Amino acid sequence: MTNDTTQAAGGPSPSRRSLIGWGGAGLALGAAAAGGAVAMTRTGSDADPAGAETGAAVAFHGAHQAGIATPVQDRLHFASFDVKTDDRAAFVQMLKDWTAAARRMTAGHAVGEGAYGGLAEAPPDDTGEALGLRPSRLTLTIGFGPSLFEKYGEKFGLTGQRPEALVDLPPFPGDNLEKTRSDGDLCVQACADDPQVAVHAIRNLARIGFGKVAIRWSQLGFGKTSSTTPDAQTPRNLMGFKDGTRNIAGTEPDRLKKFVWVGEGEGPAWMTGGSYLVARRIRMNIETWDRTSLQEQEDVFGRDKGEGAPVGKAQERDEPFLKAMKPDAHVRLAHPDSNDGVTLLRRGYSFTDGTDGLGRLEAGLFFLAYQRDVRKGFIPVQRSLARSDALNEYIQHVSSAVFAVPPGVLDKDDWWGRALFSKEA
Amino acid sequence: MRAVRLSVVTAAATAAALAAVTGCTEKSDAGSGDAIQVTAADSKCETSSKSVPAGQVTLNIENKGSKATEVEILFPDDRIVSEKENIGPGTKYTLTAEVKAGSYEIACRPGMKGLGVRQKLAVTGGTVAKRDPRLDKAVAAYREYAQEQADATIPKVETFANAIKAGDIEAAKQAYAPSRFGWESTEPIAESFGDIDPKTDTRVNDLEKGQKWTGWHALEKALWQDKKIGAEQKALADELVTDLKGWQKRVGTAEITPTSMANGAKELLDEVATGKVTGEEDRYSHTDLSDFKGNVEGAQKSYELLKPVAQQNDKTLTTELDKQFSALNTLLDKYRTDDPQEKAQNGFVSYDKVTKDQRKELSDAVNALAEPLSKLAAAVVK
Repeated sequence: MTNDTTQAAGGPSPSRRSLIGWGGAGLALGAAAAGGAVAMTRTGSDADPAGAETGAAVAFHGAHQAGIATPVQDRLHFASFDVKTDDRAAFVQMLKDWTAAARRMTAGHAVGEGAYGGLAEAPPDDTGEALGLRPSRLTLTIGFGPSLFEKYGEKFGLTGQRPEALVDLPPFPGDNLEKTRSDGDLCVQACADDPQVAVHAIRNLARIGFGKVAIRWSQLGFGKTSSTTPDAQTPRNLMGFKDGTRNIAGTEPDRLKKFVWVGEGEGPAWMTGGSYLVARRIRMNIETWDRTSLQEQEDVFGRDKGEGAPVGKAQERDEPFLKAMKPDAHVRLAHPDSNDGVTLLRRGYSFTDGTDGLGRLEAGLFFLAYQRDVRKGFIPVQRSLARSDALNEYIQHVSSAVFAVPPGVLDKDDWWGRALFSKEA
Repeated sequence: MRAVRLSVVTAAATAAALAAVTGCTEKSDAGSGDAIQVTAADSKCETSSKSVPAGQVTLNIENKGSKATEVEILFPDDRIVSEKENIGPGTKYTLTAEVKAGSYEIACRPGMKGLGVRQKLAVTGGTVAKRDPRLDKAVAAYREYAQEQADATIPKVETFANAIKAGDIEAAKQAYAPSRFGWESTEPIAESFGDIDPKTDTRVNDLEKGQKWTGWHALEKALWQDKKIGAEQKALADELVTDLKGWQKRVGTAEITPTSMANGAKELLDEVATGKVTGEEDRYSHTDLSDFKGNVEGAQKSYELLKPVAQQNDKTLTTELDKQFSALNTLLDKYRTDDPQEKAQNGFVSYDKVTKDQRKELSDAVNALAEPLSKLAAAVVK
């Protein structure tokens, strides 16, 4: 799978984009059809949520990885992988192959030589279920877990490269973590407006990865629970409350710089321009929540259910007066003002994995948060929440992972993790 | 394993059979000048001609040896065009076949065993299909391997069946896993016949309504779960032996191509990935790891035979396959045991002792091998 990533659209594998309908796609058709080689550079304009309406492509190349500050899509397939090889060269080659495949898939192209038209005797390079679908703003974001540095530090020449900020999360009161769906040596976050596009991406990366990595656990998500585009309507979580009113927007470079992007000289050089991701599967006790009075529900959050206005205020975006909220209200405890100004960029999704065998909805929030330093971001906020949050009666954290998310892939010669792995390569 | 499964082997077989040669045997009085005289003895096989025109070819066979013999016309890959078994000492037989142009061999198998004594036969006229002779050699060697596996299986199945017929549950349990090994290592061939696999290797959930459950797994349930042997089980044991003897006889006629060998290797890993790694296959006896090993061994045999050609076309692939076969075998070796009860399961621990985490590790190793293995066919036909 050492694909030529500069292959033009067309050829034996018609680009997904060239297959999409002539009606409706509108402006989205422009760039790649003309560009051929998939080498778009992201600019400020891609924070424009208008792309959601068109199923357009989000540029893969840029200083930061797409899928963090770029507009949140509707669907998620998140996968955590374990490394299965001691062979550094094989692992590095996989990262290059993954990058090449990601470059193609995010632009709406099939992987490798495509899903059909090849040798009849061999399985096609691409699995094919995304043929005919739009790029759907697919973003693929990679992260490296603490265990990669611990288990493979020596083998992969990463000794001394683990960032200090990539700490193992401490245990929090109330956690009930399942080991088999926590942690991981690396992760890929696939977000798209079409779930099939997101699943296709993870499936193909897993395939390319066999023998080098194996999926440890994965999570599907729907219905984003926070937005990086504050002009759009604030989404609601499965408890029915608006989530992410004060989230960091992709259009706020100052806040991104302050809270999300790792600055120069902060830890190892390979992380400059990157970020740290905390992923937590938070199970909700949906049935008991639904039996809870409206008053208590609103007290638990500290906002009203309809408008989302903070206690005592009229509008969702009115500045909250925290002291008007109950001391254990979720918003009060999570608010930056209660946490020395700490703000996380949240990108979580609702999940529903059917029912749990007791007839209860196996559902909740798959929490994803990006920050400049986990020690100053998630950990203090969660300490405070785990101790006192009224919401704890209705939720339980059942899986947890943390990853160092390297900076973006700059151009067609660059690849995921190059700065980390190419010291002597 | 699934009740009816048309593998690549079958599909290729049908196409090839229609396109190539119709073999047919019949008694014939043809004894004229065009016929080839075949003189078979205990260690020789003389033919009166090494070249004949395409069309109907007749062999006038005489067995001058002291043992019964078998005479075959063979394709370059050892597939049988036509054959006559059990030609007694001192007797004669006429074998007729419709043969297209190409290179063939005539084989006499004194005692009806082994590769026999071979003579070349060129059939001329028409067009000759060209194939890399190394691949013909690989197919021939694979057919030989499959035959060996089938031949070696029969006595083991008889041991298993005899224990059941003697009502000896313990002895039957000990003989169960070994009786399956040869079958598991060459399973795509058995499956290509379509009718044998459902009789011998069907699991209870594969049955259609009204279908009688026969074969290994019906007996497995009787031994491990019901813990009793009755008249019905004894009859099933006999039936299993009969069915498997049918398989043994047909291995030589299976259509095998280099790509079906390659894809058959991948299918064997698929068997592991879907049936063994989950513990579904031998759900009563938990002898899954023995079957697992059989599947891997058979896949590796296919691969090793195709490797000279594959290596030339795709060295990266064969390097990866060598590495992954070795890794999977090393991992499997961790589950070997000297426990006397488990010794009979080809020395593997009972699968119910393999933890969830360990099953995940095995599954990862199978995926790591099966994914590159799925590219072997392409490397062979390049």
